Amino acid sequence: MKIYADNAATTKMSRRAIEAMTPYLDNIYGNPSSLYSAGQEAKEALERARASVARCIGADPAEIYFTSGGSEADNQAILSAARIGKRTGKTHIVSDMIEHHAVLHTLERLEDEGFEVTYLPVHENGIVRPEEVEAAIRPDTCLVTIMYANNEIGTIQPIREIGKICRKRGVLFHTDAVQAVGHIPVNVKDDNVDMLSASAHKFHGPKGVGFLYAKRGVRLANLIEGGAQERGKRAGTENVAGIVSMSAALEESYEKTEVTAERLSALRDMLIDGLSKIPHSALNGDRTRRLPSNVNFCFEGIEGESLLLLLDDLGIMASSGSACTSGSLDPSHVLLAIGRVHDVAHGSLRLTIGEETTEEEVVYMIDSVKEVVERLRSFSPVWRDLNAGVKEFIL
Amino acid sequence: MALYSEKVMDHFRNPRNVGVIDDADGVGEVGNAKCGDIMKMYLKIDDDVISDVKFETFGCASAVASSSMATELIKGKPVSEAMTLTNKAVAEALDGLPAYKMHCSVLAEEAIKNALDDYYEKHPEKRKDN
Repeated sequence: MKIYADNAATTKMSRRAIEAMTPYLDNIYGNPSSLYSAGQEAKEALERARASVARCIGADPAEIYFTSGGSEADNQAILSAARIGKRTGKTHIVSDMIEHHAVLHTLERLEDEGFEVTYLPVHENGIVRPEEVEAAIRPDTCLVTIMYANNEIGTIQPIREIGKICRKRGVLFHTDAVQAVGHIPVNVKDDNVDMLSASAHKFHGPKGVGFLYAKRGVRLANLIEGGAQERGKRAGTENVAGIVSMSAALEESYEKTEVTAERLSALRDMLIDGLSKIPHSALNGDRTRRLPSNVNFCFEGIEGESLLLLLDDLGIMASSGSACTSGSLDPSHVLLAIGRVHDVAHGSLRLTIGEETTEEEVVYMIDSVKEVVERLRSFSPVWRDLNAGVKEFIL
Repeated sequence: MALYSEKVMDHFRNPRNVGVIDDADGVGEVGNAKCGDIMKMYLKIDDDVISDVKFETFGCASAVASSSMATELIKGKPVSEAMTLTNKAVAEALDGLPAYKMHCSVLAEEAIKNALDDYYEKHPEKRKDN
């Protein structure tokens, strides 16, 4: 059995998304900036895609800027808000401790340039408290940037409440919605969002394409200078095939968001219940306010990379927040932020299911994880010490 | 391209000499759970020869494979030879480790030296033999 359980890393392209892109790799290869008909045909496809993407998130087409993906959109949104802020002497930003590195590293860069950033805690459940956002906003705050849903532990943030606070206080609000768009209902108007980042390959579209929504009136700063594409805000000939494919993928996801979310939530809960039976384990992140696809556990006494490789031998493709899988010495900043100590954070496992996941696969995953955890514990000196009472169990 | 050599994966999937020696002559433990790697080595020594060795490891695949290979390299060997085992030898025997995983082979070397130190502490009379 081969089970893909890493849908938060990337998703398989949908048939519709693949078919949507092929004409633009083949006959309709004109440059959208060209005036002759072949160029204009590509231009029209681009604008249809823009209108479609806009409709799916409740935006106007003129508020959608196509990018190379979520990271670029995050960078552009944050750097734009910083530039606007700097002009008026506002150099404070509010964010949180579990953002994606595309956001965190951009913020670090701004800190080097003299900005001050407040990183809000996310507490044990991995969720930002709106009242803490409100309390953190100062007269010199130029931006609040809080992700829609977390990529590791799947927790969904109270975006609508935070948006309302930001609107009331007159502060720009950006949300990295890479994990949310196409999976849960997202509406920029209802949510009071000023900027939003998304990435196509997270919702069965192609890699290397995404978009930034920027509310009318928010002045974007360019990351890439050149031609006048994307209303002068993102130079470079547009990835027409990728953009058209992304819009097809988003439309498809949008049409069935609720049905898919309901089915996946049931499978997710089954997986959580099954894995909870493994002794000395714990679910990471809020039990209910989480993405329908996300399951993330810590198992005491074992290490994540070993877990992943043995699961791979059993045909299961998963991910972990252990240091060994990240190439650094520290385990995931998200797990540390929700209060998992290093010893336990090394033994984490993320399973992110998708549209193709079946109940049979969930049962197989539960059995396999149990088996592998037991095997690794059987020769773990940490597990021996825990059971001998030399060390105290944390979970 | 695979992350690890076939040999690393073989030792990871089927680690040799796993377990505990209850009446070990020397026990060594290195690493800590905070960093994500702990190795524990148990040695049985008869007539200055490592007659048995067992290990337990908490860590990634290369940590498990390094400890497994290290036990194979010293089992049945004179103590004096085990003393000279290097992390490089462990890594080479595994057909190499990725650069950022070399510290796993260092841990294996240290775990064995640690266990031998423990042995000498318990049997100071043996030390002059070396």
